[in-house]
Amino acid sequence: MSGGGGASRDDNGDSSTGPRFAVDTVPVAAGSADVEQPYAALGLKPEEYERIREILGRRPTSAELAMYSVMWSEHCSYKSSKVHLRQFGDKTTEQMRASLLVGIGENAGVVDIGGGWAVTYKVESHNHPSYVEPYQGAATGVGGIVRDIMSMGARPIAVMDALRFGALDHPDTARVLPAVVAGVGGYGNCLGLPNIGGEVEFDPCYQGNPLVNALCVGSMRIEDIHLASAEGAGNLVVLFGAKTGGDGIGGVSVLASESFDSSGSTKRPAVQVGDPFAEKVLIECCLELYAARVVAGIQDLGGAGLSCATSELASNGDGGMSVHLDRVPLRDASLSPEEILMSESQERMMAVVEPERLDDFMSITARWDVEATVLGQVTDGDTLQVYWGSELIVDVPPRSVAHDGPVYERPMARPAYLDAQVADSTVGLPAPEEGPELAQALLDVLASPNGCDVTWVTQQYDRYVRGNTAQAMPDDAGVVRVDEVTGRGVVISADVNPRFAQLDPYAGAQHALAESYRNVAVSGGVPTAVSDCLNFGSPEDPAVMWQFERAVSGLADGCTALGIPVTGGNVSFYNQTGDLAVHPTPLVAVLGVIEDVAARNRAGWQQPGLAVFLLGATGDDLDGSLWAQVAHQHLGGLPPPVDLEAERRLGRTVLAAGANGMLHSAHDLSEGGLAMALAEAVLRHGIGIEADLEGLCLRDGIEAFSALFSESGARALIAVAEDDVPDLVDLCAAQQQPAIRIGTTGSDSLRVEDLYDLPLSRLRAAHTGVIQRALALAASPA
Amino acid sequence: MRVGVVTFPGSLDDHDARRAVHLAGAEPVRLWHADAGLQGVEAVILPGGFSYGDYLRAGAIARFSPVMDAVIPAAQDGLPVLGICNGFQVLCESHLLPGALVRNDHQQFRCQDQTLRVESTHTAWTSGFQAGQQVVVTLKNGEGAYMADDRTLDELEEQGRVVARYVGDNPNGSRRAIAGVTNARGNVVGLMPHPEHAVESGYGPSVDGLTFFTSVLNSVVRA
Amino acid sequence: MGTVIVDVMPKREILDPQGQAVAGALARLGATEFTQVRQGKRFTLEVEGEVTPQTLAAARQAAVTLLSNPVIEDVVSVRAQQDVEQVRAQQDVEQVRAQQGDQA
Repeated sequence: MSGGGGASRDDNGDSSTGPRFAVDTVPVAAGSADVEQPYAALGLKPEEYERIREILGRRPTSAELAMYSVMWSEHCSYKSSKVHLRQFGDKTTEQMRASLLVGIGENAGVVDIGGGWAVTYKVESHNHPSYVEPYQGAATGVGGIVRDIMSMGARPIAVMDALRFGALDHPDTARVLPAVVAGVGGYGNCLGLPNIGGEVEFDPCYQGNPLVNALCVGSMRIEDIHLASAEGAGNLVVLFGAKTGGDGIGGVSVLASESFDSSGSTKRPAVQVGDPFAEKVLIECCLELYAARVVAGIQDLGGAGLSCATSELASNGDGGMSVHLDRVPLRDASLSPEEILMSESQERMMAVVEPERLDDFMSITARWDVEATVLGQVTDGDTLQVYWGSELIVDVPPRSVAHDGPVYERPMARPAYLDAQVADSTVGLPAPEEGPELAQALLDVLASPNGCDVTWVTQQYDRYVRGNTAQAMPDDAGVVRVDEVTGRGVVISADVNPRFAQLDPYAGAQHALAESYRNVAVSGGVPTAVSDCLNFGSPEDPAVMWQFERAVSGLADGCTALGIPVTGGNVSFYNQTGDLAVHPTPLVAVLGVIEDVAARNRAGWQQPGLAVFLLGATGDDLDGSLWAQVAHQHLGGLPPPVDLEAERRLGRTVLAAGANGMLHSAHDLSEGGLAMALAEAVLRHGIGIEADLEGLCLRDGIEAFSALFSESGARALIAVAEDDVPDLVDLCAAQQQPAIRIGTTGSDSLRVEDLYDLPLSRLRAAHTGVIQRALALAASPA
Repeated sequence: MRVGVVTFPGSLDDHDARRAVHLAGAEPVRLWHADAGLQGVEAVILPGGFSYGDYLRAGAIARFSPVMDAVIPAAQDGLPVLGICNGFQVLCESHLLPGALVRNDHQQFRCQDQTLRVESTHTAWTSGFQAGQQVVVTLKNGEGAYMADDRTLDELEEQGRVVARYVGDNPNGSRRAIAGVTNARGNVVGLMPHPEHAVESGYGPSVDGLTFFTSVLNSVVRA
Repeated sequence: MGTVIVDVMPKREILDPQGQAVAGALARLGATEFTQVRQGKRFTLEVEGEVTPQTLAAARQAAVTLLSNPVIEDVVSVRAQQDVEQVRAQQDVEQVRAQQGDQA
């Protein structure tokens, strides 16, 4: 009989705990080597199963098998990505590490932002669940990343979300989009976390695989950083938060169904359901626990629940651990030990507490009505032992579960489509030349799903709670005050252009880094750290692995060139439906530091009579552009060349101009090029511009079309007072920063000399309401 | 002057309400939901948030908290009480104010800068405004539609107890575009929008919200 | 173990946007015969032992003080689950009798 081992011989009978299960124990496993076990159904390969037997010196119990199968899954062990992710650590110099207080490997990286403050942040994905159950998938995605931040000892202070859906006019997008947005808002708003920015993108490649990437940032005093390690034999292991139920156990039910005879459904829900109120209470409770200094180590329970928390705490510690699973408070009394170990019930944390501090710990959790249970203790042995009643059902070396999982070197192969794709550039595509055509092209881009206003989404998010949001969408980066006395704060942007990454994953990853870096600098932040969320197709496809390796290399090299380290991140594989993989989507979130958030730069100018300059050089870079997508549904060629030195120079220049008090506004150029940036800047505060691009075209050797729609990197639009123009010109010259005046603010239209004169009302009409109208159309009867 | 700000499990804008009280020149005092005393404060704010997750109905569980056992009789005796958003919901559930708040008519949570017209300056919390003054504050809620039967609404209008009204498009389906109401005595005010998010330049749509908090300072001094 | 069932509905005159949204969705699914939908709440309250008149009285009190907001909601029903089962059992008996009658 599979799974249950010698169930008929090993009869637990009616012990006071766990009476219903014929439990597969360690002694039984040691004496029954030849029992068939369903390792394949649990996703383990034969060689992995053999390895487990080797590590243990016997067959695993069914609980141990469940534990290894989940902890060695792609999602938890990063087995396909580890060999490549090493580059982040390898390519990080000492100098880059200077402001890192905690690097890769912990729940989230921690950065010193000055003034005695530390900031921790990370981006994570919750993609597949958001396709299955969009509201809860998105909600629990937010919940999960927030808990990671909490477990570092920080108060979470803001969130961001990067969302990618299929085509806007597809009926299934109408199913997924509103619910995902409602889920992100529903959970984040209820936690009291302002949403300060993000992205929304539509592309058919995401139709069956929407991407929900959630970012959370938290702050704390440097001395309050907490780590996830269980040290000190005799210290207690305490589980606190929500009760444990059958959330997310999916495949483990294969084991469960064999091992008990009570009636009850053997099909367990795969979807986790979140309770943001429970998490809000948990946040406040944890902060009081930290302040009272009663927590020696702390870990949140996310993927693989208790299996992960216990094995990680133990393996980061100095000894072993012993816990009693039958003490876990249950929402569903019919759960088997394997199911309890695998459960992904939300809003749970695990703490290591010195025995002398337990009373204080418990009185704080009681005050917040948070259930807390001592499950066991840190031991001076070297294994993780899990008991069910008096029976030992798990006895494993914790590192073998949590850290020393399989490492794959999956085959990589340059994709077969690549040469044809590269050859298929935009050169030769019909392009607008005259004013009216160029104006129409702009209006089309503004009205396109990837160019339109996304207020329909962002107005469902609270941006104000806690009163420290100095800037949020639609400006270029989110800016949050950390120190209410000095104004010191952080500036964050999360970006990627997956179309660029599809054309060239190495360059595309660098573009994502560059864009995020640029957004932070342009808003007034000094870029300091990087987090990434790498969303790719199946790692079993050599073409996808090639894309992944190239993207990781590009990002690692890019970070070294820019001098900022990757502090942590997330990999999501298997974003693929049949043969259709998503575009390589390496989301990069750069975090910057700003000494006083009051000095941050807005994206749009707020008065007439300002001089507008374009910083940076423009080439004929239309491949992968938004224009190509909108006008020709075209994706081919190579992305614009990446020039990280130019990005650094641009960043230095904008920060210097800001420090001199010159900048009225600063806006980076990205999708849609200069045409889009000008439209966004005038629409932001309703003040137009009179522009002339002739000088730009002459200097850079391009036509008006390229000037407007090219997506060359390292460019920004800034507005300064007329009187400051000479100083600005001098500053740019000193930095060797290309800079050219292109216009003057004022009027109620966007006027480009000799080309077009578009009233703001016309721009607004094209730009707004696009998402609402598409959803309303999808909802009306066919 | 000491102004109490209550924290229920799930309260979110208590932090911001305390800041607003401080910026107004008063001393914020933290009041815990489970404590039945008011620590001698001279006014109480029930802040925004999702107390008890908005389970059952927004404010329905919070209204039975021990602290409300103290707030309700004190309010009936004339203590100035301001309920913001979730706090407004608690005041309605407690029957300190008439009517009820239900789900926004468009079914979504909506966060936006909102223009209001202050219609009654005869309350402890709006005495510092000019009648008819327009202000811009933050509106952010999922269950902000004010409901009451016609008789109650007529009564509120006749007695000048509509404290604030939405200007422009009705953002949530509130009857008669009512954004806030007061009791007969003018000491208890419920407001759906969030004045505490419009008190610090650079962190909100304006600083118009501060006057709600400075008004109560003067109201108490005068009393 | 006994169960009391409490049904709460929004008052007729109160706007019920959720009910309206459901009605719209039904129409789009082709169920056009429904002219109106209202959405309410159903609570089940469990007790040890049988449901007694005292239990029902306590449930009614809970219904008007906590489970419903009388400003916007009505308590439309407070009843014991066993009553529901009895009614169903009675209906089954009647159905059997009717069948036997048909056969006769």
